[in-house]
Amino acid sequence: MLNPDLATINLTPDDYERYSRHLILPEVGVHGQKKLKAASVLCVGTGGLGSPLALYLAAAGIGRIGLVDFDVVDRSNLQRQIIHGEEWVGKPKVQSAAARIKSINPYIQVDIHEVPLTSENALDIGKDYDLIIDGTDNFPTRYLVNDACVLLGKPNVYGSIFRFEGQATVFHYEDGPCYRCLYPEPPPPGLVPSCAEGGVLGILPGMIGVIQATEAVKIILGVGTTLKGRLMLYDSLKMQFRELKLRRNPECPVCGDHPTVTKLIDYQEFCGIPQAKAEEEAMAIPEITVKELAAKLDQIGIVLIDVRNPNEFDIGRIPGSVLIPLSEIEDGQGVAKVKELADGKELYIHCKMGGRSAKALQVLAEKGVHGTNVKGGINAWSEEVDSSVPKY
Amino acid sequence: MVKVIIPAPLRRYAQEQESLDLEGQTVQEILANLIGTYGDLKKHLYTEEGKLRNFVNVYVNDEDIRHLQQENTPITEGVIVSIVPSIAGG
Repeated sequence: MLNPDLATINLTPDDYERYSRHLILPEVGVHGQKKLKAASVLCVGTGGLGSPLALYLAAAGIGRIGLVDFDVVDRSNLQRQIIHGEEWVGKPKVQSAAARIKSINPYIQVDIHEVPLTSENALDIGKDYDLIIDGTDNFPTRYLVNDACVLLGKPNVYGSIFRFEGQATVFHYEDGPCYRCLYPEPPPPGLVPSCAEGGVLGILPGMIGVIQATEAVKIILGVGTTLKGRLMLYDSLKMQFRELKLRRNPECPVCGDHPTVTKLIDYQEFCGIPQAKAEEEAMAIPEITVKELAAKLDQIGIVLIDVRNPNEFDIGRIPGSVLIPLSEIEDGQGVAKVKELADGKELYIHCKMGGRSAKALQVLAEKGVHGTNVKGGINAWSEEVDSSVPKY
Repeated sequence: MVKVIIPAPLRRYAQEQESLDLEGQTVQEILANLIGTYGDLKKHLYTEEGKLRNFVNVYVNDEDIRHLQQENTPITEGVIVSIVPSIAGG
């Protein structure tokens, strides 16, 4: 479908005006603009990466854009997810993104898939598009998108971000490597913090998402040299780009010479998520709600430890809490501090949402220190106990 | 001496260092010296069986050591060794 019969595609008078700056470019021209108009692109995720890339693809005149997302717009998304606006907070991201795309370019088709991408629906959704862009935010969906692209024979335009750094490439294009050739296995859950836990520079996904949009347009036009076989690394703090060579792995279980993965699998399982949950449950870390905690705070004989980072502690804190960041507990120094503070007292630990505090309690339990996790962290405290503590 | 680049997700196990200069004739020696300096990195780079983890890629300049001589890849003066783990944010 990437080389459609352009005889059936016509540019309208509005198109000639709208795409004038493309039509002037010999590398695009009327022929190229018709290719863009005939093309269809599936954007998986309408978040940090999906926002800028969908905006540019719409403006460029991609004839049909599919959007997959099941999430709703949260105010904390607006710092980077520039396709969404304040008035869409609490409403579905795909609806918000489709409305914005339509206001930029009402002459293109937008397909809305308001569902999570799963092993059950990925092939069915993906089969109707020329190429697929991975703008997801988690390992299971990234392996799912990759495997679906390989099984469907579609290029996978990849981008991912972490704090101030990003990666981008084009997988499974013209016999090039796939995501599994680069990373055969995902890291164990919890090793790489999510954007919600680790933070991310709002502009960063703009840079990486626009690289993805550029690659998509180049593939459709058939111009230039794509990132196939090259992993682009971007460091926004140094303002430095580096590239590394990627090669297809003939032993790759999905795109190799003798593939063993011939249908979509359980990607939660592949990424160790049920196993990690079971381990967490087996540790049986007791929990307390923020309201129960509030009733206890006045009592003597309790200690509340905050395991967030110092800059998060500056945003707001629960009165009487003591800051000992998770990283200190993990490297051992913090364990002694906790032991000293908790000596003979009831120990409670909180973070932003409850994930890092559970991790801290796991580490402490291995060292013989036992305590209770504050469910929902300081964000729950802000919502249910004291709204003067900012939720972030 | 060669420069070893520590990626952002692993910097908290390396006292927030972005890179450091290390001695070594092979990738294995360089990584051993790296772990010698920052012991906490060990479990993030190697499995319990002592194998390099599959989600941590090591490059000598722009080549993946999987396509060279794995950890036995010789190191010459002035090359850059990069550790590139997978990230998933979006």
